[in-house]
Amino acid sequence: MDQPAFNHGLQMAFLELQALNKRYNNVVAVEDFNLSIERGEFVSLLGPSGCGKTTTLQMIAGFTQPTSGAIMLNGRDLGAVPARKRGLGIVFQTYALFPHMTVEQNVGFGLEMRKIPADERRRRVADALDLVHLTHLGDRFPRNMSGGQRQRVALARALVIEPELLLLDEPLSNLDAKLREEMQLELRRIQQEAGVTTLLVTHDQSEAMALSDRVAVMQGGRLIQEDSPFDVYEKPATSFISTFLGKTNSLAATLERDKAGTTIVIDGTRLSGPDTALAAGPVEVSLRPERIELTDAEKATISGNVIERVFLGDQWLFRVETPIGKLLVMQRNLGRREANVGERLHLSWEPEAMRLLPRGEG
Amino acid sequence: MKTTGTSTPWLLSAPALALFAALLLTPLAMTFLLSFNSFSFYGGIENTFGFQNYAEVLSDVYFYEIFGRTFLIAFITTAICALLGLPEAYILFRMKPAWRSFMLLIVLGPLLISVVVRTLGWAILLGNKGVINEFLRDIGLISSPIRMMYTSTGIVIALVHVMIPFMILAVWAALQRQDPATERAAESLGAGPLTIFMRIVLPQAMPGVLSGSLIVFSLSASAFATPAVLGGRRIKMVSTTVYDEFLNTLNWPLGAAIAILLLVSVLTIMLAWNKLVERRYSGVFE
Repeated sequence: MDQPAFNHGLQMAFLELQALNKRYNNVVAVEDFNLSIERGEFVSLLGPSGCGKTTTLQMIAGFTQPTSGAIMLNGRDLGAVPARKRGLGIVFQTYALFPHMTVEQNVGFGLEMRKIPADERRRRVADALDLVHLTHLGDRFPRNMSGGQRQRVALARALVIEPELLLLDEPLSNLDAKLREEMQLELRRIQQEAGVTTLLVTHDQSEAMALSDRVAVMQGGRLIQEDSPFDVYEKPATSFISTFLGKTNSLAATLERDKAGTTIVIDGTRLSGPDTALAAGPVEVSLRPERIELTDAEKATISGNVIERVFLGDQWLFRVETPIGKLLVMQRNLGRREANVGERLHLSWEPEAMRLLPRGEG
Repeated sequence: MKTTGTSTPWLLSAPALALFAALLLTPLAMTFLLSFNSFSFYGGIENTFGFQNYAEVLSDVYFYEIFGRTFLIAFITTAICALLGLPEAYILFRMKPAWRSFMLLIVLGPLLISVVVRTLGWAILLGNKGVINEFLRDIGLISSPIRMMYTSTGIVIALVHVMIPFMILAVWAALQRQDPATERAAESLGAGPLTIFMRIVLPQAMPGVLSGSLIVFSLSASAFATPAVLGGRRIKMVSTTVYDEFLNTLNWPLGAAIAILLLVSVLTIMLAWNKLVERRYSGVFE
């Protein structure tokens, strides 16, 4: 293995994307993209379709050439290395299993290309199938397998070559909701057991949050926030992120400061505000529906009539018409009858539940 | 209306079935019956029943030679179509969409022109005083013309030209069903372009090649216009022999017997081939 390389006097991370750019004619797909991933980390690239996340993955995989910028893996510049020599494990959105080969032949293909002797190959294929719990299906053809099983075969095929980096391209998007949740846990277990550095590309925020150590949110070809799932959710950098990750109430407000603290003014309604570094002036308030509590009339921050009610099983979802606008409120199902459409609800929340963002961004 | 659920499909397909029966089954049945009649040079066709026509064909080496030549030509044509059509379809498949539709038009264009016209075109090219021989003689490569008209080679060349669009279409359809990500997956696992083609693309395109072969073989074995123009009386194929029996010798019963034998043998080969393909690929492709 190469000596760890140094760059600008700092030790490099395991995978470094440095000032990556990709333009198609005049369309910018990825712009000045920088990201570092440590060995063994699980990082998600999260963003809506067309945000450049797939292009970024393709550049790392070697299927697309960056217009400029560098991709360094373990101190090695991948720029001039063709895709087939990069040695990365890739799981494709469609799984891309070879339909004319059995599961064992699929998984063994990468080892065969590496000219691994047959008996070692058999052992490693068996180990990989064991890792994904498919030992008993080695001689099946992909067509006779369920979506979840195909997914596991694709994982085993990518992991058996012991890649330095595992790339997952929307791996769960073709599964139904229940199976997807199951596979999320399974994917995390397999990744940790194999100890492989992983980059997941997804548009599904719950997938990104459930799986990764860090989430990198992309929008319009740029990286706009990179943090732990908790911090991305709780401290979104822009109002785009606050609406893209989970549900939120976005309210246009004015921030006022005095000696006592801050005040939030929304449509003439004054609410005591959170601590913030933002200057007084127009701001945007992001208030998560699960942070709003139902309370009595005297303790209420604000009150309003229910205009919509949805029962989700574990949750109730209300839309409440209030003086500061229509608020989405989430209430855990406690097994009792909740307010119906037209009834009045009294809402309260901690000032700190309001996340303030500079207005006009994202 | 008192139509039950089960009879509706039959009623709806009745017009097509009637057409099918009138235009295909009836002549076929009449040909079949005709093949048992007898023929004498002075008496013409006599309405008797016997296997003498089949016995005549099956006992004469002359007919074996014609059948052998027909199937050999059909087989070689099929093989060449597969060898040329597969890469051609793959190249088309990998082209940029704008170029692809243009090139597809070029590939399929000849289908819009009558086979007879296209074959006459080949006759102009292949003749002893044809374009190719004249050209080769003018540049001094040959002194006497290469004989291409009235040879099996000439027939194969022209048949390949006529048949190859069918092969390309069949392979094309198979390639379309293939997930393009499989090629990338193989690439990421360390396979080079040749390995990808041989191990990933080719096996997935194989059902297309096999069904294309089925079409090309049966059409080549029963082709008439091309062997008639390019083979003439000298290189006889089964279809031209049938034609001669009907229109020159006027021995309709014998011609009918040969036609039935051609039908049965082509059908047998096709069914066996299909069975083979199904056994090989069942469970692999949908």
